[in-house]
Amino acid sequence: MSIPDIAFPLALSLQVALLATLGCALVGVPIAYVLATRTFRGKQLAGVGVMLPLVLPPVVTGYYLLLLIGRGGVLGAVTKALTGTAYGITFTWQAAVIASFAIAMPLAVNTARAAIAGVDPAHADASRTLGRSELETAVFVVVPLAARGVAAGLALAFARALGEFGATIMVAGNIPGRTNTMALEIYNAALYGDRPTATVLVVVFTLVSAAILLVANRLTRSVTA
Amino acid sequence: MSGLSVNLTKRLPGFTLDVGWVVRDGFTVLFGYSGAGKSLTLSMIAGTMKPDSGRVVLGDATLCDVGAGLWVPPQRRRIGYVSQSAQLFPHMTVLGNVEYALRATPHRERRRRAVELLERLRVGDLGDKRPGQLSGGEKQRCALARALALEPRALLLDEPLSALDLPLRVEMRDLLRDVQRNSGVPFVMVTHDLYEACTLADTLVVYSGTGVVQVGTPRELVGDPATPEIHRLLRAMEVPDSVFDRQHAGKLIPIDRKEHVA
Repeated sequence: MSIPDIAFPLALSLQVALLATLGCALVGVPIAYVLATRTFRGKQLAGVGVMLPLVLPPVVTGYYLLLLIGRGGVLGAVTKALTGTAYGITFTWQAAVIASFAIAMPLAVNTARAAIAGVDPAHADASRTLGRSELETAVFVVVPLAARGVAAGLALAFARALGEFGATIMVAGNIPGRTNTMALEIYNAALYGDRPTATVLVVVFTLVSAAILLVANRLTRSVTA
Repeated sequence: MSGLSVNLTKRLPGFTLDVGWVVRDGFTVLFGYSGAGKSLTLSMIAGTMKPDSGRVVLGDATLCDVGAGLWVPPQRRRIGYVSQSAQLFPHMTVLGNVEYALRATPHRERRRRAVELLERLRVGDLGDKRPGQLSGGEKQRCALARALALEPRALLLDEPLSALDLPLRVEMRDLLRDVQRNSGVPFVMVTHDLYEACTLADTLVVYSGTGVVQVGTPRELVGDPATPEIHRLLRAMEVPDSVFDRQHAGKLIPIDRKEHVA
């Protein structure tokens, strides 16, 4: 086994997981904020919708994503036009980012939502009486006060994104040198009897995931303490 | 036009607030049993809570008129609010807290203005500290500086002294009175302490358990309570007659501070 065998999947997985986590921060945290601080009609339904990928089998979420961005999907024409290829965004590493994002977001939303709901509403009221808008109140006061919980949520999302398999294989395929993330590579290695590669990847995976869980635990513990 | 006119109803589980009162500018104290809706009234003046019906008019500005569908959000009311726990933002320094309220001030002038305000409240040396490092009295001074940074049209104080030790309360009471006189900003303060109420108030608004209120100078109210309940409420504190300076009709001047005896 040569080193490049795992270098590509490792780098690709990190790239995919980091971008998916960035997506969770940009989309998931605002969703968490709204769910934690606002009351509106259909809030329960919205909450269920956001959490659904956490309980659905990833292949099901992947299939939904195919209906959205696949050939003939709702946004398929858009991605075809953007990429200039028949398959659009599917079977690319960008599709793997979308898959990881969809699967990881509930974890980020759930943890961030609890942390934001735990911030004393009097701080938000103080910010409002000091002339600051709802957006400024969220960005400068409430989210910073919930920062550790939000960070814990993003750490969990990163860990989940790093190991995404089911939805990724549905929308990004399993193309060596293009979309074979670590999780897919473990599957390939096991399938073709390449036990050394599988073992190395599994060990790396376990260590990285355990480290992230430790960090997330520390962050959430000091939130609730 | 000056003064503050409040007419509000709010239904909450197990409690209905229904109050109406009008006061002139100066130092107004809302006094009464806990749970009578005094803090609730402040929240609705500040705009952090919406009433079910009624109006709030400050000077010539209508802040809220439910019947007319008018609602000015708290961001645009320019009403300072200082609570018992001060509510300084724990993740910012004291200076950061004060600068946060200086939204209308150009960036390069914010620091200078914030330092100025902290010095005025004699906490100029605490700018770089975090709220967690401050004592209760320091927190209140910093929260007061932050509220004044807003250049408020009125300042609301929700039991600002109740978490403080006795000697500090006396000091802070004097400070509050000075700040009110010097700034000319109308103050509305909630307290349970009748002595505090009588020594600070130009106008006293008494909340009773039934929501009935009486408004007047402390002297008028102690001398002529409108209901037996208000009589009981005011008598319970046994304000010594010497608290009233008979030279100043209707105005209370503390001569014999209970704290000094105790």
